[in-house]
Amino acid sequence: MGDLRKVSSSPHIRDKVTSANIMRDVVIALLPASLFGVYHFGMKALLLILITIATCVATEYIYEKLMHKPITVGDYSAVVTGLLLSLNLPVGATWWMAVLGGIFAILIVKQLFGGLGQNFMNPALGARCFLLISFAGRMTNFAYDTFTGATPLAVLREGGTVDTLQMVIGNTAGTIGETSVIAILIGAAYMLYRGVINIRIPGTYLVTFLVFILLFGGHGLDGSYLLAQLAGGGLMLGAWFMATDYVTSPITTTGQIVYGVVLGVLTGIFRCFGASAEGVSYAIIFSNLLVPLIEKYTVPMAFGLVKEKGDKK
Amino acid sequence: MNSAGERLYNGIIKENPTFVMMLGMCPTLAVTTSAMNGLGMGLTTMVILAMSNLIISMLRKVIPDDVRVPAFIVIVASFVTIVQFLLQAYIPTLNDSLGLYIPLIVVNCIILGRAEAYASKNPMIPSLFDGIGMGLGFTVGLTSIGLVRELVGAGKIFGVAVLPASYEPVSIFVMAPGAFFVLALLTGVQNKVKLNLANKGKDVSKIQSGCNADCASCGAKCGNAKE
Repeated sequence: MGDLRKVSSSPHIRDKVTSANIMRDVVIALLPASLFGVYHFGMKALLLILITIATCVATEYIYEKLMHKPITVGDYSAVVTGLLLSLNLPVGATWWMAVLGGIFAILIVKQLFGGLGQNFMNPALGARCFLLISFAGRMTNFAYDTFTGATPLAVLREGGTVDTLQMVIGNTAGTIGETSVIAILIGAAYMLYRGVINIRIPGTYLVTFLVFILLFGGHGLDGSYLLAQLAGGGLMLGAWFMATDYVTSPITTTGQIVYGVVLGVLTGIFRCFGASAEGVSYAIIFSNLLVPLIEKYTVPMAFGLVKEKGDKK
Repeated sequence: MNSAGERLYNGIIKENPTFVMMLGMCPTLAVTTSAMNGLGMGLTTMVILAMSNLIISMLRKVIPDDVRVPAFIVIVASFVTIVQFLLQAYIPTLNDSLGLYIPLIVVNCIILGRAEAYASKNPMIPSLFDGIGMGLGFTVGLTSIGLVRELVGAGKIFGVAVLPASYEPVSIFVMAPGAFFVLALLTGVQNKVKLNLANKGKDVSKIQSGCNADCASCGAKCGNAKE
């Protein structure tokens, strides 16, 4: 009898999907936005992207080498962090800001907390907020070549009008990767198709945000205003690429919906009542901190168990 | 054991209030925006700590056990008031930059902690030096945190610009998040240094604070464990 049973510990179901596979898909999905950023902002943008990625990968390698840990550069997660961080920088950012941001993202936010899977906050966004607080002037100066520097959201906040078609295409001021909604949606569609991300978080995020703006935005049911709010700033990039980060988002189904709602409400509050026109990055890193709590209260019932209350009959 | 030198050493290195005992975090995080503020806060606290330790130790047989904490508070608050008046009179700039945190020294947990743990059980002279030692340890902690924050966040040390004008200050370091970064990093460095000494087989009982716990069941590498 004993010979018939083979006992092994979980996991029992294995799959060929690895961290490296997923991260490579994310990099591919980010390519349209990155290419558009380079096309739109010029070679300076490409240089910034390369510097940031190189810094992130090098920081991870050097840290793990010094700490005698397994080298995990091959899983592409540092590349994704670097790419996302650079897409969140304005083209006017200096090279040392890219380097500082890359080191902060990998060293402080990711490695000091234990590396991939242990970081409590999205490293790219943590670094962006670090740079934003430290160098507020440089990080919010979006001026380049032909544009005066005011982002569509800032214009909207001042009560001006914006060209929503140009915003969807991406022909506006902003950070390197956030301007083109089309390019971001192409990447998002690719990730959805590949099963890398699930619609739940971005879906509930965007819908909640839309409802919030409808109720509190002060413009009522104004289609072009709503569309401009959706297409403006980092909302698309944040909702599809950063709110969906595996490590810093809930794994339970209910939790993901709660998380999306929290994100939408926070972004709405920051944009409508905050001091700045944009609030996506703060909304996401703040929600990251709530993830353990959300997961704690949304643990699903184990198969075969019933709720203690409610079966009084 | 209770010699003055031992007490000073204990306060500054072995049981440094900031980096080892993690006490008094509120002023540590709030006022260390510059080295000068850190030094000022540390020395102010040291004076109050030493004097209150002395008086509490003097009165330790008079104060009834049931009302000891209110009694401690009254003694500490008296010294805080005296020191605040002195600061207002002679160093108004420091008084302005520390602001609310001077009256808050009354409830500083280092002071109450030393009163409860040491001064109320020991004679006057060791208690006085315990207060001075702990105060100096606090001063060292605050000044070093302030030094790093001011250097990185403003490019200055004690208000003197030391980095070239082309250096762009990382201003997050003089804001609240920077306090946490620097405190955590300096504590980490301090632990690393002590751990390295322990690993080299040096006698660490002098620099490592003892926890009097059962070493066999403790997972921490404190250097006290006999493996």
